[in-house]
Amino acid sequence: MNINNIISEIEKADPELYEKLDGRRAAMKSFARFSGKVAVAALPFALGSMFNKAYGQTPSTTVIDVLNFALTLEYIESNFYIKGLATPGLVPAGAGMNALMTIRDHEAAHVNFLRTAITASGGTPVTFTAAQFDFTAKGTFPDVFSNYDTFLAVAQAFEDTGVRAYKGQAPNLISNNDVLTAALNIHSVEARHASHVRQMRKARGADVKPWITGNNNGIGAVANGNYAGEEITTQAGVNIVNINGFSISAAAASEAFDEPLTKDQVVALVTPFFA
Amino acid sequence: MKKEDSVNQSVVAEASSNNAYVSRRNFLGYIGGASALILTAAACKKDNAPASNTGVNLGSGDVGILNYAYALEQIEAAFYTKVFESVYSGISASENALLGDIRDHEVAHREFFKNALGANAIPALELDFSTINFGSRDSVLGAAKAFEDLGVTAYNGAGKLLVSPDYLTLAGKIVSVEARHAAYIRDLISLGSFADNTALDANALDMSRTPAEVLAIAGAYVKTKLNASNLPTS
Repeated sequence: MNINNIISEIEKADPELYEKLDGRRAAMKSFARFSGKVAVAALPFALGSMFNKAYGQTPSTTVIDVLNFALTLEYIESNFYIKGLATPGLVPAGAGMNALMTIRDHEAAHVNFLRTAITASGGTPVTFTAAQFDFTAKGTFPDVFSNYDTFLAVAQAFEDTGVRAYKGQAPNLISNNDVLTAALNIHSVEARHASHVRQMRKARGADVKPWITGNNNGIGAVANGNYAGEEITTQAGVNIVNINGFSISAAAASEAFDEPLTKDQVVALVTPFFA
Repeated sequence: MKKEDSVNQSVVAEASSNNAYVSRRNFLGYIGGASALILTAAACKKDNAPASNTGVNLGSGDVGILNYAYALEQIEAAFYTKVFESVYSGISASENALLGDIRDHEVAHREFFKNALGANAIPALELDFSTINFGSRDSVLGAAKAFEDLGVTAYNGAGKLLVSPDYLTLAGKIVSVEARHAAYIRDLISLGSFADNTALDANALDMSRTPAEVLAIAGAYVKTKLNASNLPTS
């Protein structure tokens, strides 16, 4: 399945959306319906959605699209860690395995959270199963589930790209405070994951740090697209190198700011991972 | 750009009409300015204004949020700079190098905000790190963890307060680096704690804090009185 097809399907407005939400009365009715399903921890988010509906402002198709795009990425990550940790002999027991289990569980929690959020906002969450993924990326990483270093390299690429993807979508959520805040709260978790996976790789000899130096990835040319643009050292017209007389190298200047990717860029990068 | 211009204009107007607002240019004037003191006193008498309505005014709108971020970056940058004035003994080469990177990142953030804000920037804050034992690795890393985690919650909470998508993206560019720092520092303290349940909620989301919540915590390290009363709240 090609993710482009999925995305274009997502981009078609949910035909039932406007029938479901016909003003305040329906909002109260639908709130009563979904309040029983929404996890307690997600309630502030659900309440926000309810108020949006009550005031006649249904979450826009754009917001649902962004959430489904994020959900798609979380499915990729979640399935990747589930499969890796279920593959005998791939991940050595110890701190590394524990960390990967933690990350696996976070990605699964993000899938559940986003599904709940999309439903609560009147959308229909996308669904993916394990069989829909090809983590060799059409043969680019043939030993992804037999070589631990390859597995960690792909994990790093997923996490760093996830950070860039969420960052790129933030402006599309600016009109919806609840959804924006939730997305930011996931975005920084992906960055924590990226930092840890990078530390794991560093400990195994890869030339990486917890942060992204220039556009170096410590993976190889196959991942260049995932890091293109990270090397910039000027922000909002301000040159960061040696700024105001402080000794800031080009490396540090690039590390200090992570860069976003557009949805199209991310889709192009993850498409090979769909079977 | 139009939106930002209007934000800037409103801040400029506020600076000229509200004596509690302190720009860099008139900061010294504020200290000795008789009219400012008289008006502040009058305001206190009239409204029984709380302490939070005096001091260095972060401003309003997006500029206020950027000044808020600038204040936090001042704390972080000064902290790591002080760490390296006399680094704790027994630090490994790797730890030394990566903590040095973090110092450079925080200085870069601080100076970026200073230049981006220009005439709207708050002055350099007077800070107080006397509760931190800079000779102790545990004390330094514990403080670093607190600052980095706080920074993550601060930026996450500030996102929705910004009007300009460009500033939102900029905040996003910085917050993920703070999260990378936080994870690294946490792992230095206890390997595997990069994203544990002291940072994340039950849905595996980071937390967010309002400026008031953040400043109440960060205030322990800031001697300069900050006035956040004009910051947006939604």
